[in-house]
Amino acid sequence: MKNIVSLNELEINKKCIVCSLIASGSERRRLLDLGIIQGTKIEVLCKSPSGDPTAYFLRGIVIALRSECARKIIVKSLN
Amino acid sequence: MWLTDLQEIATQITQKNGIEKKSKSHIVAVAGNPNVGKSTVFNALTGLRQHTGNWPGKTVENAKGEYFYKGECFKLVDIPGTYSLMASSVEDATALERNLNLALQILEITTNVVICVNLLDEAKKKRIHIDLDELSLQLGVPVVGTNARKGEGLTELMEEARKICKKERKTFKVKINYGDFIEESIQRIEKLVSSKIKTIVDARWLSLRMLDQEGNILDKLKNHLEEGVINKDVVLIASEERKKLLQKTNDTNFLRDKITSEIVHKAETIYKICVKLESEKYNKKDRLIDKILTSKITGIPVMLFALTVIFWLTISGANYPSEIIASGLFWIQDKLAEFFGNIGIPSWINNLFVMGIYRTLAWVVSVMLPPMAIFFPIFTFLEDVGYLPRAAFNLDKFFKDAGAHGKQALTMCMGFGCNACGVTGCRIIDSPRERLIAIITNNFVPCNGRIPTLTAVIMMFFVAWIPFPFSFLGSSLILTAVILLGIFFTFLISSILSKTLLRGVPSSFILELPPYRSPQVGKILMRSLLDRTIFVLGRAVTIAIPAGLVIWLMANIQINGVKILSYCSSFLDPFARLIGLDGVILLAFILGFPANEIVVPIIIMSYLSTGNIMNLENLSELRNLLITNGWTYKTAICTMLFSLLHFPCGTTLWTIKKETASIKWTVLSFLIPTVIGILVCFTVCQSINLVSLLINKI
Repeated sequence: MKNIVSLNELEINKKCIVCSLIASGSERRRLLDLGIIQGTKIEVLCKSPSGDPTAYFLRGIVIALRSECARKIIVKSLN
Repeated sequence: MWLTDLQEIATQITQKNGIEKKSKSHIVAVAGNPNVGKSTVFNALTGLRQHTGNWPGKTVENAKGEYFYKGECFKLVDIPGTYSLMASSVEDATALERNLNLALQILEITTNVVICVNLLDEAKKKRIHIDLDELSLQLGVPVVGTNARKGEGLTELMEEARKICKKERKTFKVKINYGDFIEESIQRIEKLVSSKIKTIVDARWLSLRMLDQEGNILDKLKNHLEEGVINKDVVLIASEERKKLLQKTNDTNFLRDKITSEIVHKAETIYKICVKLESEKYNKKDRLIDKILTSKITGIPVMLFALTVIFWLTISGANYPSEIIASGLFWIQDKLAEFFGNIGIPSWINNLFVMGIYRTLAWVVSVMLPPMAIFFPIFTFLEDVGYLPRAAFNLDKFFKDAGAHGKQALTMCMGFGCNACGVTGCRIIDSPRERLIAIITNNFVPCNGRIPTLTAVIMMFFVAWIPFPFSFLGSSLILTAVILLGIFFTFLISSILSKTLLRGVPSSFILELPPYRSPQVGKILMRSLLDRTIFVLGRAVTIAIPAGLVIWLMANIQINGVKILSYCSSFLDPFARLIGLDGVILLAFILGFPANEIVVPIIIMSYLSTGNIMNLENLSELRNLLITNGWTYKTAICTMLFSLLHFPCGTTLWTIKKETASIKWTVLSFLIPTVIGILVCFTVCQSINLVSLLINKI
C-alpha cells in the first residue's frame, strides 16, 4: 500500500492510476467530467514557476490543478 | 457543471421546436468543448466575425448567425459557456477522447446530430489517424471531418446538417449501459414518463436526469414541455427510485459517479477503436514548449520578455506612422479651415469645427491608430497560438495567495485590450465572489486607450537622452515596469478585498492548457484590425467629437472675462498640485471620462487655447509645449501614475453596472482606483518635493 498517495504528492514525470476521489459537490463533478474516474491514467507534467498549480496529462488533454484540488485525488503510483 | 448545461441543451431542443414551427428555418445549435475551434467553424459557416469570441478566451455571449444552403435557411446558435449543446457538435481531432465524452452526452438527448471533427490538419501533423467512418458507425450519426480554418469540409458539413434537418438521414441511438441497479430504475421511471409526459426530449434521458435529480430538470423544462404538464406521479416515483438506489449502495456519490464513469468508459472504448496514434510521443513538441514557457527558471522571465517585446514593437513601430498621420491630418486641417473661410462660413463656426472637433479627432486618430494597429495583431497572435492559458498557469499562485481565481489572469490580459471587454470576460469565472474581485481590479491594467498616453509621456521625459533607436527599448522597459506596478496593485487590492468586503476561500480551479496551434497570420490581421482596432478606435472617435466641441466651447466662452476652461482648471489647480499634476491635467482626466484616449489631446488643446498656437507634429515640439506650461519630471511621473490609477472610463463603468447589477460595486469600482491614485500621486509628489528641498539645503 506504499504507493497509494494523493496526486499532489507525486513528482514530475511520474505516472499513476486514479483509485478514488475524495472531493465532493461541484468540485467532484468537475473532476469526473474531465474524465478523472477510477482507473484513469495520469502523468505529472510540470509545475508552474512558483510550484503550484501543477499540470497533468490525462486522456489526451493537459489540465492544471491547484494542490488543494489534486490532494483530493487518490492515486496508485506506477514505477 | 455539466448537468446545468445539459438542462440548457434540453431547453434549447424544446425551444428549437417552437422556433422552427414559427420561422420555417432550421435551427442548428453548435456545441463543443473549449478550444476546439467552435467559433472558427461557426464563423466559417456564417461568414460572421464573432466579436465576443475574439477577445481572449471563451465565447461569452450567445452568437447567432445564419447561412443558406440549397435554398434553405439554417440559423446557427453558438452556445456560450464551455460544455454545451446539440445538433452540430464540434470535436477537436487532437483531443478526441475528451470531446467524445460531450458528444455521447448530447447523443443521449437527441440523435439529430452531426459530429464535426475539426482541426484534422493539426491531427495529421501529430500523426493521429482517425477513422471517421468507424466513428460514425459507433456514434450512430453522421461524422464530418473539417479544417474550418481553411474552409475544408464545410460543404459536406452543411449537406449532412441539411439531411438531418430534413429527416433524410437515418440515425440510431447509442445506448450506454449504466449497470443493473440504475437500468432497472430507469426502466420503471421511463415507463411512466413515456405515458404521462409528452416531449420531444428523449424519455430515457429525461428519466435518467430525474433519477439523478440534481437541479430540477422538470422545472427547467416546464415552459417548454408540450402541454406544459409536470406529472406529480413521475416526480414521486423518480425520487423513490433514487432513495432506493442510495440505500442499496449506501454511497451518496454512487449515482453521479456511475453515470459519469460509464460515459467516460464508452468514450474511451470508441476512442480506442477509431483513433490510431503513430507514435505515443505525438505531443512531445508541446511538452517541450511548455517546459520553456512555464518552468521555474524561464517561465516568468519569458513572460516579462514577451511583454517588453510587444511594447517595444508597438512603440517603435508606431512612431513614424503616428508622425505621418499627424502631419497628413493637420495639413487637411489647414486646407479645411481655408476652404470654410473661402465659402464664407462665419469664422466662429469655422473655428468650432476645425479647431475644436476636427483637431481633437485628428489627435485621437494619430495618437491611437498606429499603436493599436500593431498591438492588437501581436496580442491576437499570442492568443491564437495558445500562450494565454500558460500565462494564467504561471501567475496562478499569486492569484491564489490573493484569494482570487486563476482565470483572473486571463481577464487581466483582456484588460490590456479594453477594460470593458475585460470586465465582460469575467463571466468565465464561476464563483461570484472571485468574479467581483476580477471585475473591480480589471482597471489596474492599462487598456489600449491609456497605453499611448503612458508611452507619449515616457518618450518625452524619460528616454529623450537615450540615443535612437535604443530610446524605444528604454521606453518599453519603463512601460513594462509601469504595467508591473499595475499588476502589483491588482494583487494587492484583490488580496485586501478577499480579506474584507469579499471574504472567502478560493474556489476550486481547473485550467485546461490546450495544444499549441500554428497561428493563421491572415485571419489574425483581419480579426485584430477589423474587429478590435476599428471597434476601439470607432468608440474613441465618437467620443472625441463631442469632447472636442465641449473643450472648444470651454476654451472660447468667457464668463466675467474668464474662459470657462481656465476657470475650471484654476479651480482644480490647488488640489491637482498637491498630487503632482496641474488643473489642466486633472481636468483632462475628468473630461476624458468617456474614453481615456482623449486625455492627451485635451491637455494639448487646453494648453494651446491659452498659449501661443504652435504646430505640433512631433513629440519634441509637444515636449516643449508641456515644459512651457510648467511640466517637470515630477509632473510626468505623477501623470503616468494617475493614468494607471484612476477611475475606469465611462464604458467600463457602464459595463460593470451591467455585469454586477449593483450600484454599490459600480461605485466601489470607481472609488477604489481613484483613491489609490490620489494617495500614490500625493505620496510620490510630496516625497519628491521633500527630497529636492533637502538637496537644495545641502
